[in-house]
This record gives sequence, structure tokens and C-alpha cells, in this order.
Amino acid sequence: MSLQEELRGPPPAKLVVDHVSKWFRQKRHIVHALDDIAFDVAEGEFIVIVGPSGCGKSTLLDIIAGLEKPDKGRVLADNQPVLQPGRHRLVMFQESALFPWLNAFGNVMFGLKLKPGLRNSERREVAKFFLYLVGLEKFMQANVHELSGGMKQRVALARALAPNPRVLLMDEPFAALDAMTREQLYGDIQAIWEKRRKTIIFVTHNVREAACLADRVIIMSPTPGRIREISEVTLPRPRDFNSIEIAKHASRLTAALKEHGMRATVAG
Amino acid sequence: MRRTLLAILFFVALVTLWTAIVDAKIWSPVLLPSPHSVWDYLLNASRDGTLLSASLVTLRRLLCGYAIGIAIGLPLGLLTASSTFVEDTVGVLALGLQTLPSVCWVPLALLWFGQTEVAMLFVVIMGTVWSVIIATDTGVRTIPPIYARAARTMGSNYFHKWTRVILPASLPYLVSGMKQGWAFAWRSLMAAEIYVTILTGFGLGHLLHYGRELNAMDQVIGIMIVIILIGLLADKILFSPWERFLHRRWGTGRR
Repeated sequence: MSLQEELRGPPPAKLVVDHVSKWFRQKRHIVHALDDIAFDVAEGEFIVIVGPSGCGKSTLLDIIAGLEKPDKGRVLADNQPVLQPGRHRLVMFQESALFPWLNAFGNVMFGLKLKPGLRNSERREVAKFFLYLVGLEKFMQANVHELSGGMKQRVALARALAPNPRVLLMDEPFAALDAMTREQLYGDIQAIWEKRRKTIIFVTHNVREAACLADRVIIMSPTPGRIREISEVTLPRPRDFNSIEIAKHASRLTAALKEHGMRATVAG
Repeated sequence: MRRTLLAILFFVALVTLWTAIVDAKIWSPVLLPSPHSVWDYLLNASRDGTLLSASLVTLRRLLCGYAIGIAIGLPLGLLTASSTFVEDTVGVLALGLQTLPSVCWVPLALLWFGQTEVAMLFVVIMGTVWSVIIATDTGVRTIPPIYARAARTMGSNYFHKWTRVILPASLPYLVSGMKQGWAFAWRSLMAAEIYVTILTGFGLGHLLHYGRELNAMDQVIGIMIVIILIGLLADKILFSPWERFLHRRWGTGRR
């Protein structure tokens, strides 16, 4: 950060999660999914939400995306309350949500076509650029089923980045991938984040992933989903997933999770 | 190449077998005509134009009825999949009527519309519409919800969501439903044409019927072959391109 930026003070919060609570009504009982979740996200910040399954982290991401409505509280994006999904906050999902009736290029074009103010030739250029950015320029015409798991998630990343959203929401995007592919993607996502300076909220149950990617880590505990701890990761970037510093930090996060009576996935 | 040769060989063998049976004179040639006489009939009927005009009349009825059936069935299927009220009413009706063989509509159509083109159309539409409704409904219900969620975050809503996400996502079901609808329509039209004489047009079914009346077995078998060929051709022209596209995109099917 330059001196000038330092003097101007912190930038205004990009995203405000304002005391959000959520209940799910099921047949016999009511599940308290989220309890009084509150945090701010700054412009260009990389936030990782980590917690065991069932802690409501995916529900929280859905609420930020506007796919679910909170029962209490609200989410503000650029000072506007989030009422419905919109292309300013794009989601990259757990399993590949690519459309099988379109090829890789068509998938990236899908969101772009819904973005007004562009000529079609410009849209095609943008789509090509982002496929190039994720290293798939040779697979533009490939059908979804012809791509490997890692390539699919790269296309999904390109599709989420192409309409230039203000916030990128990632719901365990690498959970289903093998370790080798995942480590490669950690490098890629960091490089893209450096280049594009996106605000990213990344949900995972893998503490090492959190330590490798995050500016700040939010630790959540289940039943009901609550924030237990928010900690900064100040390690220099780019970070190597296999470095000792990451491992050390990950074990600190694990300790914090254990403190709240939870077990975490440490393995990569 | 090898496959084509084998296929040709198979059909040559079939015709040879047929000729051998005719030559053995087990049945009277009135009951079992030779391939040669069937071929002669087809050649003559093509020359004087009866075959072509009958095929055109039949195909026109079929395509019109089929198109209307899809135009009605597709939106209704989308509605049954998206509203519980329509599902409980039209959906149940469609499920029930789909089990009704479409020939059973012929008597009703005759009473309502008389011996007219409308009666023919009605039978074809009734054959098509229910299976299209059910296929569309199943297709929409089988779509992984994540597609719609992903599309919504990208700003896809209402009409755009239906035309660009829901419909293409259910395409594999739609195509098989339309194929089934086509088969039902084709069968019901043939039944209707055989039973009902319509003065406005002389279809393939009528030729078949009069072949029987005149004891002209060469005509009966000739027309049957034409009907089979039209069915094959429709499959190749109407559905094969879609199916090939689906297999390529979705990565299903063999090879």
C-alpha cells in the first residue's frame, strides 16, 4: 500500500453483512442456520469463510448472492441492500454448474450476453480473453463433458469473471478436484486475483486452503451458524500451498476451530 | 463401408427368402404376392402419381397435426412443471389420456367433426399432445436446480431463464418426448385413414384400405413398405440431427 493510500484511510466497505440470521423450516422442527452474522468486506479483499459442514457457510454465501433472503438483518453491497441475485455478485459453485448444452465459449458468453452496453463482437473478445486468462484458449469449442474436472472449474471461473462482477463468491469451488489440480488452481486464482483485484468471498472447510488464499479468515461454528473468530493472514504473496508458513498458519486455524469444539479438514 | 455392404446383403437375403417362399407355392399368390409384383405396383403407382399424392396428403395431415400438438403440448408441459395447480389438473389429465390408445379418439372425432380433415387433425393432435406434455414436464423436473441458480446469479430471469436455460437443459427429454409423440401421431393417423374415408384427400391409409377391398395384395404390401420408408425417413430427417447434437454435447450414447 502506498503512503498516499495509507493517508486516505481505509477504503469504504464494499460489502456489509449486517447482523444476518436465518432459519429453515422443516417438517418437524425449525433449524437455526445462521445466528447474527456480521462482518465487513473491503474493496479488493480476499475473505475465506471456513468451518465444518453444517455451519451455514454456503447459506451465508447464498444470502450474499441474493439467492436466499435473510430472516433478520440485511446485506449491503456498495451501500445498496441486496434483494435479489445480480451480475455484480457472481457465484462459482461447488460442483461445476456449467451448462452442458453450450460449449466452453458459449458458457463464458452466457453471462456476457446478459450484460448491457456491449457490442456482440466485444463480448466475444472478452470471452476469449478470459478463457485465455484461465489457460483454456485452445478449448473454446470443447464440449463440457470433454473437459477434465479442473478444466471445468477453470471455465466456471472464466464465466464468473467475464461479466466483471464487483464481488466474486466462491462456494467450495475446488472441493471435488484432485490434490494436484487443486494446487495448480491455488496458484492460478492468486495470480488472477492480483491481476484483476476482485473482491472475493471464498467458502471452504479446508483450513490450509484458507491460510493459502485469504487476507482474512472467518471461522464459523455450527448449530446455529455463528462467527467464532476473524483473523488476518499477513503472509506475503504469492503463497505456496506446500510452504511451512502456510502449514503453520493452518495449524493455528485448526487450533482455533478445536477451541470451539470442532474438527477441521487439514489435509490438502 | 463394410457395414453398408452387410446391411445390403441382409436385405437382399430377405427378398430372396421372400421370393423362395412365393416360388414354393405354399400360399396362393393372391395372399402372398411376389416381390416382383409388389415392385411393379409401386412403379405403376409412382408413374400415375397416386403414390405421391397420397403420401403428400398423409404427410400434410401428419405434419400439421404434429406441429399443433407440439405448440400446445410444450407450453402446457412447462406449466405443469411450474405450477402445482396445473400439475394436479392438466398433469393428471395428460397422464390418463396418454395411456388411451389414440385410435380410440377416431369414433369421437367422427361424431364431432364428421368425415373431414378436422377429424384427421384432431386424431393426430390427440396422439401427440399428451406425450409431449409429459416429456416436457419430466424434462423440466429433472434439470439440476444448480443450472437455474447459476443462471439467476448471472441476471437471467423469467422469459430468458425459460428459453435459454430450462428448455435447452431439458432438451434430451424433449427430443425423446417428441419422438414418442411422432410415433403416436403416425400410428393414429394410419388407423384413422384406414377406417375413415375422407373425400377431401386420399391418404396412404386409404390406399391400404382399398387394396384390401380389391384383394390387391401387391398394393397392400407396397403401401406398407412406403409407410415404413416414410417412418424411417422421418426419423433420419427430423430426429437424427437432434440426437447426434445431444450425444455430442452431453457426451451420451455410443461412439
